[in-house]
This record gives sequence, structure tokens and C-alpha cells, in this order.
Amino acid sequence: MSALLNQKIQAVFDEPGCDKNQGKSEKERKKGCTKQLAPGAAAGGCAFDGAKIALQPIVDVAHLVHGPIACEGNSWDNRHALSSGPLTYRTGFTTDVNEMDVIYGGEKRLYKAIKEIIDKVDPPAVFVYQTCVTALIGDDIEAVCKAATAKFGKPVIPVNSPGFAGVKNLGNKLGAEALLDYVIGTEEPEFTTPYDINIIGEYNLSGELWQVKPLLDAMGVRVLSCISGDARYKEVAYSHRARAAMMVCSKAMINVARKMEERYDIPFFEGSFYGIGDISDSLREIARLLIQKGAPDELMARTEALIAAEEARAWARLEPYKQRLAGKRVLLITGGVKSWSVVAALQEVRIEIVGTSVKKSTKEDKEKIKEIMGLSDHDRAHMIDDMSPREMYAMLKEARADIMLSGGRSQFVALKAKMPWLDINQERHHAYAGYEGMVKLVEEIDKTLYNPVWEQVRKEAPWDAPVAEVAHG
Amino acid sequence: MAKVTIPKKACAVNPLKMSQPLGASYAFLGMNRCMPVMHGSQGCTSFGLVVLVRHFREAIPLQTTAMNEATTIMGGMENIEKAILNIRSRAKPDLIAICSTGLTETKGDDVDGFLKLIRQRHPEIADTAIVYVSTPDYLGAFQDGWAKATTAIIETLVEPIQIRPVRSRQVAVLPGCHLTPRDIEEVREIVESFDLAPIFLPDVSGSLDGHIADAFSPTTIGGTTQADTRRLGASLATIAIGEQMRPAAAALEARAGVPYRVFDRLTGLDAMDQFIAHLAEISGTPVPEKWRRQRSQLQDAMLDGHFFFGGKKIAIGAEPDLLWTLGSLVTEMGATLHAAVTTTASPLLERLPANEVLIGDLEDLETGARGCDLLITHSHGRQAAARLAIPFHRAGLPLFDRLGAGDVLSVGYRGTKALIFTLGNMFLAEHEHHEVAPTQWALPEETLRAVEQARPAPPTTLAA
Repeated sequence: MSALLNQKIQAVFDEPGCDKNQGKSEKERKKGCTKQLAPGAAAGGCAFDGAKIALQPIVDVAHLVHGPIACEGNSWDNRHALSSGPLTYRTGFTTDVNEMDVIYGGEKRLYKAIKEIIDKVDPPAVFVYQTCVTALIGDDIEAVCKAATAKFGKPVIPVNSPGFAGVKNLGNKLGAEALLDYVIGTEEPEFTTPYDINIIGEYNLSGELWQVKPLLDAMGVRVLSCISGDARYKEVAYSHRARAAMMVCSKAMINVARKMEERYDIPFFEGSFYGIGDISDSLREIARLLIQKGAPDELMARTEALIAAEEARAWARLEPYKQRLAGKRVLLITGGVKSWSVVAALQEVRIEIVGTSVKKSTKEDKEKIKEIMGLSDHDRAHMIDDMSPREMYAMLKEARADIMLSGGRSQFVALKAKMPWLDINQERHHAYAGYEGMVKLVEEIDKTLYNPVWEQVRKEAPWDAPVAEVAHG
Repeated sequence: MAKVTIPKKACAVNPLKMSQPLGASYAFLGMNRCMPVMHGSQGCTSFGLVVLVRHFREAIPLQTTAMNEATTIMGGMENIEKAILNIRSRAKPDLIAICSTGLTETKGDDVDGFLKLIRQRHPEIADTAIVYVSTPDYLGAFQDGWAKATTAIIETLVEPIQIRPVRSRQVAVLPGCHLTPRDIEEVREIVESFDLAPIFLPDVSGSLDGHIADAFSPTTIGGTTQADTRRLGASLATIAIGEQMRPAAAALEARAGVPYRVFDRLTGLDAMDQFIAHLAEISGTPVPEKWRRQRSQLQDAMLDGHFFFGGKKIAIGAEPDLLWTLGSLVTEMGATLHAAVTTTASPLLERLPANEVLIGDLEDLETGARGCDLLITHSHGRQAAARLAIPFHRAGLPLFDRLGAGDVLSVGYRGTKALIFTLGNMFLAEHEHHEVAPTQWALPEETLRAVEQARPAPPTTLAA
């Protein structure tokens, strides 16, 4: 790994905005937060995956993966980050290096690939992703990108996050570092307003940003830049002119939020778009920060009016489900902040949470879950650190839960146990953000739970069923 | 007939190809009570896992040695050792199957050597079979990984035998990765109808046919068993399906003297006739009435369908064996293979009924498919088809935006018939989009103008 990348990783781990890091001794902190993965018992993505997740939603740039076919060939087009315009981001570009490149180096091929893309597609920028193999053979993507930028007069951005550097979350941060180093602050917006905000760490999966944007429009707030959902290159480049920022959910991109506060004096808060209470709080906080930065006070009054109207409308739409869902038990297997914000949301319709995973949650997240669920310090049963598929299956098979909410990879654990399952991870097709999304989530849970198919699939074959008493007439 | 071309592009745009380790892992999923492992960083496995989960809509057992920067530099022995011990204690599989990745091949890990040392250090794992195959990402493609894995299984596990049982009814069947679980079931039914006892290697029909098991299993459920794998050498013959399986069949012959025949496809009337004749010959059993009937049905379907295939231009992007299968069939039905793109080298490519075959990507396919009547490739081709506004048939892997990827049948008389109907109906449906309207045969503007001008001038005045 290059010295530069090593420094980057150290810096990312030294994140002052992360309480967890600050709680550690200096020695511990140096080790970073990457837990040594257990060979043969590990699952999940790598740092390259994380960087791609964080940056791919910038929809008008070409994302070029420098590596062998596995990295892009096996992974492209598997998330539903949506675009309101350009579709360049959905084209898979890879150098698909071969044996000769591995021996002689792949830099020339990379340079030519960048040229081909610029000739053919002419995107506003090219993002070049480093991978394990090309990092290992010592391809210097920073140098190639620098040369290409100079030659073609177009930003060519190196994203130095090879898979073996660590886990997905680290990759999110390294991807964000590329934005901080090469993109943010390099352009100027045509005009600014006192109502300009950045949204950080929202990827517009299934169009969730679009569920929230109408609310901001109604408040008169302008999203100067969403990093990175449905973003255009230019808007990320001029995002340093925003007045305030909201960091959505996960701490994936805290380094962007914090460094922008440090460099450009943009205050930020962490909020969630999931759950009625949380979305309202987030809107209030946006208004508060903008006012603090000089926006007129009346913004808060408009915000409160919007919240009152939308909350009432959402509750009215949820009312019919309360009766049907009361007491239904949910097993929630998801990561990070999603675990508590969804818990809060589900409790709003009286659904019981029998367990929620906290594997990817921070200490703060865990405290919040305890608070929301009213758990004592000893009540650890509801907080699942690392549940094996076998345990999940057993729990569902024994019907200790009525439905599991998780990501796509564990869905078949539920389905094979003949239990309802709903996707709340990145591959899902429904959007669950804002008031709109909350109603949709509850609708989907109801639809799944009450589907007549469950009764049918659980029924025994007639020849296996115990002989019933036949009524003689 | 076809010229094989490798475009000189530095950048693959919209890759058609998937990697060797993924193909190898897929083959290992056809082994019963197996845990496939990719020796590489966590992402290698994660991406592969997502592809297979989306395609089959099944839980997929697949593990990783979770290599990081330091372990890569120091060598992966310790990670392989830990992985084997972890998997053994957690999943208790019969077989741990390891394939390498670009990362560990670039570093140059000597996994065969590692495994010897690990066996020495841990005599307690003697009861767990371990197969290793070298599959760097930067060489070959999915199909090659599958073929290499099958060969490695044969070379590691099949017991060499000296004396063949004289009256064996056992045949070894080596299906290529282009056969779906449903296809394999069909081949099994056909082979068994000749009173033969087939052992499929690998056999994804047991593990990925979409059924609900009685209990949870961390390993594969179904597939070729250890016992069956070991006794493959006692087969009276090997039937390899797909050119990709030739090296595996040859390996079985080298190890146990089993004679083999490669069938490059089992789709199409002529191809099936040869297969049925071969089975009748090696089994000494007459052809069952059932196949005669299905053969006649296929002939009828071909007659009905040929009207709609005739003259159609078709673009196909697929791995060599699948490309060969589909390209041959549509040509036999009267269409032309206008654009052909594939992923890796194969002796079949030159024999394809096309002018040129590109070893390329979906961008090449999209360019070649302009003006075609049908595009055939895996699900990633859907955007290209939409841009070209032509019908799109999904074939191959991954097939993630439709249900029942594992249940598609396109081999045998019955499967060929189904494929002809499916493709034929796409042409028919397309036809409906262009219904005849009153203006359909309107004369062109210049004709009308010419007519207008040619008309003799009307008499200027009539006597009032």
C-alpha cells in the first residue's frame, strides 16, 4: 500500500468527529477501527465496494474501475441509486487487466482507458478506482490521473481504496476523502441563497431523496448539493458554498461533514429521514442551522406549519394499520443508524421489535436503541451483535418473530423458514424516506404479513396430513 | 467460418464477462455439503455472492479467507488455515473447495504447498476433503473457472481404478455452466430412460433448483456427493456437455480410463438426435417411445416457428458454449447471427455461423446489434436493448430481473421447443406493435407530385 494511502487511512481513523475513536487510547486508535476479519467466517464488502457505493451516485461522471474483471464485472449495476437525468454512472467501465498487465504494469492501459472514455462519453469528470491487484503491482493511479487531467483538461479523480485496505465502511470514508482532496471547492455556483444546504451520505436509493426534497422545497430550502445521491459533478464541486449541512444516518461520510465545517465553516448535524418523529426533527434542525447562519427567522414558522400538516396527514394514513399491526413481532437485521431510526418508526405503529442487530452501530447508536426500546443495561437479548444465519433461521422457524426486515443476502434464510421478509437494504425497490416512505414501509409490512401465501406454503401435503375425521351425513 | 477478433480497447464498457473464481465457486455449489471459499479479500466473495443470490434467489454458501494488505504481503497460509478450521467447526462440510483470486495469484501464494503443511499440522481435519483450484481474475472468464474447478475435483477426489466393472450401467455426465438446474434435470431424465445410472459432476440441480429444505444448512444442500465423486472412475463412459468440459472429461480418462464424448450442445433437433443415438448405443437399449413423440413435436414446432425466424437478424452476447448453442439454433431456424460477442477463447468460436465473433463487452454488442430484430444476452443487456428499442431475450448468468433463472429449460427436444416458442413469440409480439394502418402503403410525396405535374391541364373554358 502506498505511503499516501497509509497516511489517509490513519487520518480517517483519527476522525475527531467520531466519539468512538476519541474514547480509545492513542495506541488503540493507531490500530484503527478495522477489526481483523475471521477467515472462513466473514461476510460483507471490501473497501473498494465502500468507495464505489459512496461515489457512484454522482450520476454524470464516468466511474472507471482499474483492476481485473471480478471487481466491476461481478458488481456493476447492483444498487438502485436513481438519477433524475444523466445515466453515465450506470455504464460499467473497467480496464479488465490481463496477465500481461499484471506483469508489466497496468498504467498505460489505464491512461488509454481514460482517453477512450473522454473521447466517447465526454463526462464532466472521470473517477478512477484502485483495486487490490493493481495496488499490489504498484500502479500509481494518482500519477496517471494527474497526467490525464493535465493532458485532457478535465478532472480525472483517483479514488485510492483497494479492497484489501479494509472493510466497506472504511471505503466509504476513503471515497469521501477523494472528494475532499480533488473535487469540493473547485467550482463556484452561479448564485447562492441563505437557504442553501448540503445533504451528506444520502445515496438516493430507490429515489428516497425525492421523497424528502418536496418537503425542503416547501420550506424554501435549496439543496445546493446532495453528496452523493443524484448528484452532478459540478454541484459536488461547488458544495462548499452551502450554509449548513445534514449528515444522513450512517457515519459513512462523517469526514466530509466535519472537514467542510473546519474548512468552510459549514455547521452540520446528524439526522435521519426514517420515521415520522425523526424526519420532523431533521427539518427543524435544518431550519435552525440556517437561521443561525443568517436566514430570516420566519423560516422556522414555515417549517413548523409544514411539519404539523404533514405529520397529521401521515398519521391519518397510518391509522388503519395500527389495529392490524399491533403486537406483530419484527426481527430487524440491518446496519448502523438505520437500526434505531427504523425501530423508532415501527414502534410508532405499535409493532414489537423482538431483536435488532447492532453489529455496525456505534456506541451512540446503541444508547439510542436502548432509550427508544426502553431497555435496561442488562437487557441485551434484544440487541444482537452478530447473528449467524443458523440462529436467524431457528428464530424464525420457531416463530419467535412474525417478519424479518433485512438486506437481500439473508432474505432466503427467512423465506426458507417460510416466514415473511421485507428488504430494507440497498437492493430494495421501495423508497422508505420521509413521511411518504414511512407510510410506504408500514403498507409493505402489512401487505407482506397478510399475504395469503403464508398459509398455503405452510400447509402440509394432503397425503402427509393427519387423517381428519370425516363427517358422515 | 467466423473470424475471431479481440478489440483493441483499453477500457471494457459494460462488461459481459464475469470472473474465473466466480465460475469456479458456482461449480463448487454443485457439490453436496460443500463450502466454497474464495482465497482473496472480502469483496471478491461479497460481489460474487450477490451475483449468485440475485440470479438464483437462494441462500448461497460462499466464504472468504478475508485477506488484507498485511496478510497479502506476508502470504495467505495463516488465513487459509484459519478459514479451514473455522469452516470445519462452524459448518462441518464434507468438502471445502478453495479457489484463488487475482489478489492472491498476483502475490503468488502456493496454496497446494500450504494445504500440505496444514494437513500435516492438523491431522484432525483428515476427514474433510479439500479441493483447490487456481483461478486468477485476470485470466479467462466464468466458463473457464467452472471447467477448471470440475477438472480439479476429478484430479483431487476421483479414485483411480484398475479393473472396470464389466456390467456397469454408470455413466459420468459433465455439464457445462451454461446448463441451468432445470436443464440438468432434463438430461438426467433422458439418460435414465436408457436404463443408465448417471452421476453428474458438478450437479447444481440438487442444490440450486429452488426447493425448500427441511432444516437450515450452512453448506450446500444437494449436489454431487463425496461417495459418487470418488467412484466416478467406475463409469462405462463420460458424456461431456459443452466444449468447456473437454479437459475435465480428458482428466477423467487419464485418471481412470473412462472413454468420453463431448456434445457441444443439446439444443436443436440434430444435436439431440446424435445424443439420443449415442445413449442407445452405449446402453444397448432401444429409444423410448417418449423421445420419439417429443422429437415429432419439436419438428412441428420448428415448422410453425420458421416463418417468424426467417430473415431475422439476431445479436447474441454470451459465453462461448452458450453462444454456440443459441447461435446454432437461431441459424437452423432461418435467422442470421448478425452480431456475436463472447468472453473468452474457445475452439467453437471459429465454427460459429457468423462473419465475426468479438471477445468483448456489451458496448461492442450494442454497436453490433444496431438494426437487429432481437438482442440475446444476460440481464445487463437490458439497458442496451432499451436504447436500441428492440426485443430482448435474457439468457445466461446473471439473470436478476426475472423470476425462475434456474428453471429455464432449453435442452432436449422439449427444451428446444420451448426456446423456439419463446423467441418466436417475441417476434410475433413485436409484429403487433406495427399493425397495418390505412396509411401503411401511402405513396411517397414525389410520386404524388409527379402524378400531379403529369396530369394534362384541364380545358380552360367550356362554352358558356
